[in-house]
Amino acid sequence: MSTAGEAIQDHDHDHDHHDHKATGVTRWLFTTNHKDIGSLYLWFSFIMFLVGGAMAMVIRAELFQPGLQLVDPHFFNQMTTVHGLIMVFGAVMPAFTGLANWMIPMMIGAPDMALPRMNNWSFWILPFAFAILLGSLFMEGGGPAFGWTFYAPLSTTYSSDSTALFVFSVHIMGISSIMGAINVIVTIMNMRAPGMSYMKMPLFVWTWFITAFLLIAVMPVLAGAVTMVLTDKYFGTSFFDAAGGGDPVMFQHIFWFFGHPEVYIMILPSFGIISAIIPAFTRKPLFGYASMVYATAAIALLSFLVWAHHMFTTGMPVFAELFFMYCTMLIAVPTGVKIFNWVATMWRGSMTFETPMLFALAFVILFTIGGFSGLMLAITPVDFQYHDTYFVVAHFHYVLVTGAIFSIMAAAYYWLPKWTGHMYDETLAKWHFWLSIISVNVLFFPMHFAGLAGMPRRIPDYALQFADINQIVSIGGFAFGLTQLMFLWIVIKCCRGGEKALAKPWDGAEGLEWTVPSPAPYHTFETPPEIK
Amino acid sequence: MKTRLILALTALFSSSALAESQLNLTRGVTDISSRVYDLHMTIFYICCVIGVVVFGAMFWSMFVHRRSKGAKPATFHENVKVEIIWTIVPFLILIGMAIPATTTLIAMEDTSDADVTVQVTGSQWKWHYKYFDNDVEYFSLLATRQDQINNRLDKGENYLLEVDRPLVVPTGQKIRFLITSDDVIHSWWVPDFAVKKDANPGFINEAWTRIDEPGIYRGQCAELCGKDHGFMPVVVIAKEPAEYEQWIAAEEERQLKAKEEEQRLMSMEMSMDELMDLGESVYLGSCAACHQANGEGVPGVFPALKGSDMALNDIPAHIDVVVNGASGTAMQAFGNQLSLRELAAVITYERNAWGNDTGERVQAADVNEYMNQ
Amino acid sequence: MTEQKTQRPDNGRIVKRLLVTVVCMFAFGFALVPLYDVFCDITGFNGRTKNEQAAVAVGEIDKSRVVRVQFITRNNKGMPWDFGPEVKEVKVHPGETRVVNFLAHNRTPNNMVAQAIPSVAPGEAALYLNKTECFCFNQQPLQANSDTVMPMQFYLDPDIPEHITTLTLSYTLYDMTANATDDVLAQMSSAE
Repeated sequence: MSTAGEAIQDHDHDHDHHDHKATGVTRWLFTTNHKDIGSLYLWFSFIMFLVGGAMAMVIRAELFQPGLQLVDPHFFNQMTTVHGLIMVFGAVMPAFTGLANWMIPMMIGAPDMALPRMNNWSFWILPFAFAILLGSLFMEGGGPAFGWTFYAPLSTTYSSDSTALFVFSVHIMGISSIMGAINVIVTIMNMRAPGMSYMKMPLFVWTWFITAFLLIAVMPVLAGAVTMVLTDKYFGTSFFDAAGGGDPVMFQHIFWFFGHPEVYIMILPSFGIISAIIPAFTRKPLFGYASMVYATAAIALLSFLVWAHHMFTTGMPVFAELFFMYCTMLIAVPTGVKIFNWVATMWRGSMTFETPMLFALAFVILFTIGGFSGLMLAITPVDFQYHDTYFVVAHFHYVLVTGAIFSIMAAAYYWLPKWTGHMYDETLAKWHFWLSIISVNVLFFPMHFAGLAGMPRRIPDYALQFADINQIVSIGGFAFGLTQLMFLWIVIKCCRGGEKALAKPWDGAEGLEWTVPSPAPYHTFETPPEIK
Repeated sequence: MKTRLILALTALFSSSALAESQLNLTRGVTDISSRVYDLHMTIFYICCVIGVVVFGAMFWSMFVHRRSKGAKPATFHENVKVEIIWTIVPFLILIGMAIPATTTLIAMEDTSDADVTVQVTGSQWKWHYKYFDNDVEYFSLLATRQDQINNRLDKGENYLLEVDRPLVVPTGQKIRFLITSDDVIHSWWVPDFAVKKDANPGFINEAWTRIDEPGIYRGQCAELCGKDHGFMPVVVIAKEPAEYEQWIAAEEERQLKAKEEEQRLMSMEMSMDELMDLGESVYLGSCAACHQANGEGVPGVFPALKGSDMALNDIPAHIDVVVNGASGTAMQAFGNQLSLRELAAVITYERNAWGNDTGERVQAADVNEYMNQ
Repeated sequence: MTEQKTQRPDNGRIVKRLLVTVVCMFAFGFALVPLYDVFCDITGFNGRTKNEQAAVAVGEIDKSRVVRVQFITRNNKGMPWDFGPEVKEVKVHPGETRVVNFLAHNRTPNNMVAQAIPSVAPGEAALYLNKTECFCFNQQPLQANSDTVMPMQFYLDPDIPEHITTLTLSYTLYDMTANATDDVLAQMSSAE
């Protein structure tokens, strides 16, 4: 019954397998079970989503009308900064790690993650990282106020002392992500059931596999960047200070060398989720499986060649601007292939529209809109006009909220029956979907107009011609924020009870996870399944 | 479809204001900005066409190929030929986009043979303009009153987009901007010229424009530069060349006179009331952004002046920090930014406002003596 | 069960390789700093001039061309000196050596040390601007309330592309009193 998964674990542990789980707090503190840790990650990310969302509400409330009403500009900057950090590192990334923990072992027929103890650690250091980050908001001088991109020298010479805490918490987040990524890679390489060849793996496993390599490659670079910020601020180095021979623009090169792959870290697992859900509800196999894998890999590789498209206005020579413009435009090709494949999967299927499918369809449409604005942003001469305006804000919220977050919602609805053993309340879930999709577009679509009309991002107050647009955006924001509380209620309700879920509640679904009962037993696939 | 929805919503909330609200990129007033606008629209339309095709196919499936209509799923799941087609076709479309983008970009980056050169420097939170060919330089600060920002007064038409001294440039001539910064990174942006360039401390960047139409053009700082990032607008007035020549000559003379006036004032004593009046306006313009109108600062970020030891006791240290700034902090050297009279007044104001009642007056001569000791 | 274990590669080995990758990428983050400098030196990417003494001009002077060289200066925040070039611009033939003086006045009652940071626009031109002598190579001490004249000697590489007809050299002056090098401090105290 032992598998390679226990190679690093001590062997005594093998004996308390059969549902001898501890109870109470210790179960969660000391758990090495991939399903427990997956749940911890998912709950944590949801809490962070609400915290970051609350900050967004502060931002939208201040921007509801021109003039300063609620907060002072310094606090406003802290809100935009911490909102960004929390949503990226606290909500989206842990949610994907949670899904990976829950689903990857079940999808490849493994009994657990390969490194269960490290798994426990990689989760439990996260709450400390965010406690430090959030705690810094209460320091004298306030928390980080230099934007989530922490450009030097605003984050070095001109920042408050909370910067040290910010750096420390980013380090912990990075370590957590790296450990999670190592675990995913080792699990996928070593723990696949016999017969589960690489090209038979579900796309969610594939996209996470590639994402994990991206994480390994770029999180250390982020750690390097924050370390340099720390030494520049406190230890007299001048990496980014022209006075000592450094260059503030170099910070941006290093940051975006991390930052652009990071963007794909937050979207590739979404592609995997959508590639699981669309075939399930069209009752037709995914179109172009192999091309999906190659497209994902192509996107990941290209992501290392496009970082400077975030920096067109920093004053690069023309040859560099052209190079980065062409590479960026090139990314549209593999991304397009994915979209076309999904549409081809739907073509001549037999579709039904349960909530996971609704979110997945919304993902395809709205992510594509985000892709269009991304293509527009890639065109350097026009980017000079778009850069650092609300057009950019609209663009990345389309890819991150209606992209990443919507795919996470879709995944949650799709796998909730497997996790809890109950069907969620379909009526409430449909309400959640329709309210979300209306409010999210009221929230983010008008931002395109604000940006085109010339409204810069990260400002606490604005000229009068932006007043109407901002009012609409804020109303959409409040509505979208409130709607997400419904999701909390739906999940709690589903955990507590509801219609019993079958082992395979979706008739078109495919994959090993549907061969085990619902709820999934504490231990699954202790004997590897047969793969045809 | 979505646009129409938004428009309908907009109409619901404020039917009258919509007409004035701009919803698209400006065409601007230069050849380059108009090329940029055309490029923007071209790519937008291409995206729309692709969107109609892709979403059209998708919605068609969603309506026709649904189980409730009895659709039976097909089983096809790959086709190398289509995969190749939808890799090649987007690639060709991209090449079509890249060609005009490249030519426009090359034109934008050609800063050679300029007629007028202006050095633009950002600092927290104002712009400084210096004409290379004339002895004219000045700071350009937000002119919107604090009372408007705090909603105690009605907001004016150009709320947050008005400055005390705009940049003045001639029309029809090639103007080259040399952009840099004194502290953090700023970004100088005027949408009507399609010029946006970062101001990096210690480095200079170049940009250029040639304005067709005389007029007033407004923009803002586009790179987060700290607390008052939202409050450092850019205003440019483009005048006919003859008018510009007149203006720059008058300005040169005015700045020269002001320096002489400064010397004359040295011998004059200002009364407490005069000092406090002038001091308050200088303080609100140059100091209140950090130290706050009530002198209490922001704990941990900007020190309080109210009740501070320096403002109550140490006059030389007080003059020193205002004139020379404090290295490595956000406190800048105002010696080059304010006149002696203004320096004296603001120091006096800080020593007598908010219950700091020292009763001490600092005169222009005192500041001058300190600066030239 | 042992059978399965022997079939699969060891977890430890993969973990070790991945950890080595992580460490390498962390180091790579720092290696980007010198790499960036080298890249900039080769391409003029960020417009910084070479911070070392160039060999004296020996090439031919290209009398057929004239390039305008403009000088601008700026003080970083909190730097109270008066600082500026003696002349705003010079017209030079490529290959011709020129000296331009910069004037500095320390009007504070303190001895101070400054560092001037050069930057050239267009960035490409930085590759062809050779300085045989410059105050920007070293930190510059200046006694309280005193003046100094700081020379800068340069020539343009005759290979400078035809399309560069104007180039601007900017100096930003930084207060380095707190970070002065030892020899500058010694120099200053011996001058007293």
